[in-house]
Amino acid sequence: MGKEFAVALVMGIGTIGPGIAIGMMVAKGLEAIGRNPEASSKIQTNMILGVAFAEAVAIYALVVALILKFV
Amino acid sequence: MAASGPHISISAERIFSIGALHVTNSMITSLIVSGLLILFALWVRMSLKRTNRPTGVQNLAEWIVDGLTSLVHSVTNNKAKTEVFFPVVATFFLTIIANNWFGLLPGVGTIMVSGEGAESEEIVLAPSQVSISNPVKVAYASEIAQTEEQTEEAPAVEQAQAVEEAVEHVATAEIETEDAEHAELVPLLRAGTADLNMTIALGLISVGLTQYYGLKYLSLGYLKKYINFSSPINFAVGLLEIILEFAKVVSFAFRLFGNIFAGEVLLAVISFLVAVIAPMPFYGLELFVGFIQALVFSMLSVVLFNMATISHDEH
Repeated sequence: MGKEFAVALVMGIGTIGPGIAIGMMVAKGLEAIGRNPEASSKIQTNMILGVAFAEAVAIYALVVALILKFV
Repeated sequence: MAASGPHISISAERIFSIGALHVTNSMITSLIVSGLLILFALWVRMSLKRTNRPTGVQNLAEWIVDGLTSLVHSVTNNKAKTEVFFPVVATFFLTIIANNWFGLLPGVGTIMVSGEGAESEEIVLAPSQVSISNPVKVAYASEIAQTEEQTEEAPAVEQAQAVEEAVEHVATAEIETEDAEHAELVPLLRAGTADLNMTIALGLISVGLTQYYGLKYLSLGYLKKYINFSSPINFAVGLLEIILEFAKVVSFAFRLFGNIFAGEVLLAVISFLVAVIAPMPFYGLELFVGFIQALVFSMLSVVLFNMATISHDEH
């Protein structure tokens, strides 16, 4: 039973940080695009890059949860 | 054996062997996908016409090439570099998206053949009583090892007892493993990128190519990024950069693997619970995720290539 709790807690706590980070990044990105629509593609590229890095941290938590559950 | 739940295994299962090489189900799938991509390329090549208004397959292929070229160009802003980076980045994108989407086809993950499961414990999720016999086997095996070590030191009487216990454990372990071996049905096909081996390989290729392009454009000046004796702080930063390159391989591998494997698990569980209509939005999500992961991998690669080829004197 302890294992199920561990799996759930890993995912629950592990995605708080990346969720907040992605929200903040996209908010700033949209703000920047609104202020300067001409630089839109540059901003978009960097924003997607940042979101990918943040999401990777959430995926690390997912991998730990999967390993706990299936190995 | 209770009615088996969805078949979920974190590592790919062996279908057959060629000599010492285990051919797993995800290897078979990725070969099929590569074959399909090559056939598509050949088909486009054979129906190419010089015209200002392409139609049919040529139109589709030109759209793909156009989109990817503008993607690469928007990052590099340099025609020569775009022409060098484009083949690799486009290959990454097409391979990953084809492998991801192929895993959603009906039949992938559901057609079962007899094969060999993973060496470590493979857990079949069962709704009621869980029949996990492999962990028992591992537990007994470690006990056997322990008792064997102890028998070397313990006196004769205890040795006899320990050997008896070990024999008992081996006997029961054998019974349990026989049960496990009879129920060894594995999927014939499995998404190629849902195998950690393939994603680690893709990550290694991407990071390796970053180093190659850096050395090609900046020759040995590229190593100043890693080994920099101008000040103690810059030296520490250089060491961190080396560690960061390894972290990038891990990050590429696990991002792609985690997304696709988690999608497979999600679809398996949802289809197991409610077989009609309910999986539809999840299939939509998986299509979207497959596309986004291919895009993120390719864009991240091209951004890293670009950063590696920009001289670092512009700080």
